[in-house]
Amino acid sequence: MIRIVIPFHLRVMAKITGEVELDVQPPITQRSVLDALEARYPMLRGTIRDHVTQIRRPFLRLYACEQDLTHESPDTPLPERVASGKEPYLVIGAIAGG
Amino acid sequence: MTAVRVLVGTKKGAFVITGDGKRQKWNVSGPHFGGWEIYHLKGSPVDPNRIFASQSSGWFGQVISRSDDGGQTWTTPGSNPEDLKTPEGFPKGESNKFVYDTEPPSGKPLTTHQFYDGTQKPWVFKRVWHLEPSLSDPNTVYAGVEDAALFRSGDGGKSWQEVAALRGHGTGPQWSPGAGGMGLHTIVQDPKNPKRMYIAISAAGCFRTDNGGASWKAINKGLKSPYLPEETPEVGFCVHRIAIHPSRPDVLYMQLHQGGGIYRSDNAGDLWQEVNGNLPTDFGFPIDVHAHEPATIFAVPMDPNLRVPPEGKLRAYRSKTGGNEWEPLTAGLPQENCYINVLREAMAVDQLDDCGIYFGTTGGQVYCSPDSGNHWQPIVRDLPGVLSVEVQTLP
Repeated sequence: MIRIVIPFHLRVMAKITGEVELDVQPPITQRSVLDALEARYPMLRGTIRDHVTQIRRPFLRLYACEQDLTHESPDTPLPERVASGKEPYLVIGAIAGG
Repeated sequence: MTAVRVLVGTKKGAFVITGDGKRQKWNVSGPHFGGWEIYHLKGSPVDPNRIFASQSSGWFGQVISRSDDGGQTWTTPGSNPEDLKTPEGFPKGESNKFVYDTEPPSGKPLTTHQFYDGTQKPWVFKRVWHLEPSLSDPNTVYAGVEDAALFRSGDGGKSWQEVAALRGHGTGPQWSPGAGGMGLHTIVQDPKNPKRMYIAISAAGCFRTDNGGASWKAINKGLKSPYLPEETPEVGFCVHRIAIHPSRPDVLYMQLHQGGGIYRSDNAGDLWQEVNGNLPTDFGFPIDVHAHEPATIFAVPMDPNLRVPPEGKLRAYRSKTGGNEWEPLTAGLPQENCYINVLREAMAVDQLDDCGIYFGTTGGQVYCSPDSGNHWQPIVRDLPGVLSVEVQTLP
């Protein structure tokens, strides 16, 4: 079971409380996890990654296990602790404004 | 007609405000979509409980939401729980997918427009500025987007297709963004001719189709814009708003950028005449038409340099002669120290016997006049900055 945390505004829109838990078929990568998230919650399509290019939206960051994975390849395997469900995969809204 | 429902889009959410026929007591519901910019929300004329909303965010991009119960609950079309497993498989979640049409069979694919620095830039979708539900079909809705293009949904907002002939008009490389971006912000359907539609783009101008969107004509003759190098270009005008009265759809009213002002066309946009008359300034954003008097129009002039009410006095203006002769409407509006703005999408009228006029401000007030502009009152004072106001008149 993969654990995913998404930003407040997206949780409200998708009517999600707390973390999302999803069964994801290996390989466990950022791409496969986000694909599974969007399949379960299709209203999230286009809000984390562009609909067509699948590129991350600029003001979102992607973390796990105290690592910034934002610029990692989407097909790189996620850390074992994410794959085993011990740690969540985090979609974070970047700090902006003042 | 016994009630009104005011749909308010703000910089941090939407608000649904209901009032009785007297328009004295109001109930405020919201914020819906808290934290999202709501450029526009508008109800279907065919099914008033069906309301479409454009929510956008610098973080999460564009989302289209729809209510089928008058704004009490909202979903993203095609993502309802009952839609999660359909005979065709899982839903595609494409209610926020706006992809420009570059297919040769669809018309004339156009890939660049003029940018601020004079170079050509490719079209990039940013957000939906305006949603215009069909006058005849509750599942059909049009979207005006930035970078400027017109999209249509025939399935209640689940999916969108570009009306590509507009961008294929041929003048696209001369279209350029205004300060707020290059948005298609106004869509007006002709109630007497379902094949005719008007749109307006900042900064390109007005266009009309007479064949259901298959081809478009630039309708900007007679407009003046001293900020343009040519005296009478075909396009390039920073139109702020156009409006019609349903009984006289060939008569168009326009608020143009400063240097232009208020214009009227009596021939479906083929030729415009300036009707600023005695207005204090030529700058403003919204313009609208009285529900029962097709020659009575309303505008809110602003200081063209400061974009605030002249002299700090918030004054709507009314012309009962289709322009040229204007009277200030001040009763109930602040007449000192008022430095807000009223944006293009933020004025509407209701259909009650004594027509109600509404406008929202960047200071978060929504004002209503229940008597055609003679007297005003704030129906809510402290919302986030108001981006759009629409009114539904309910039985």
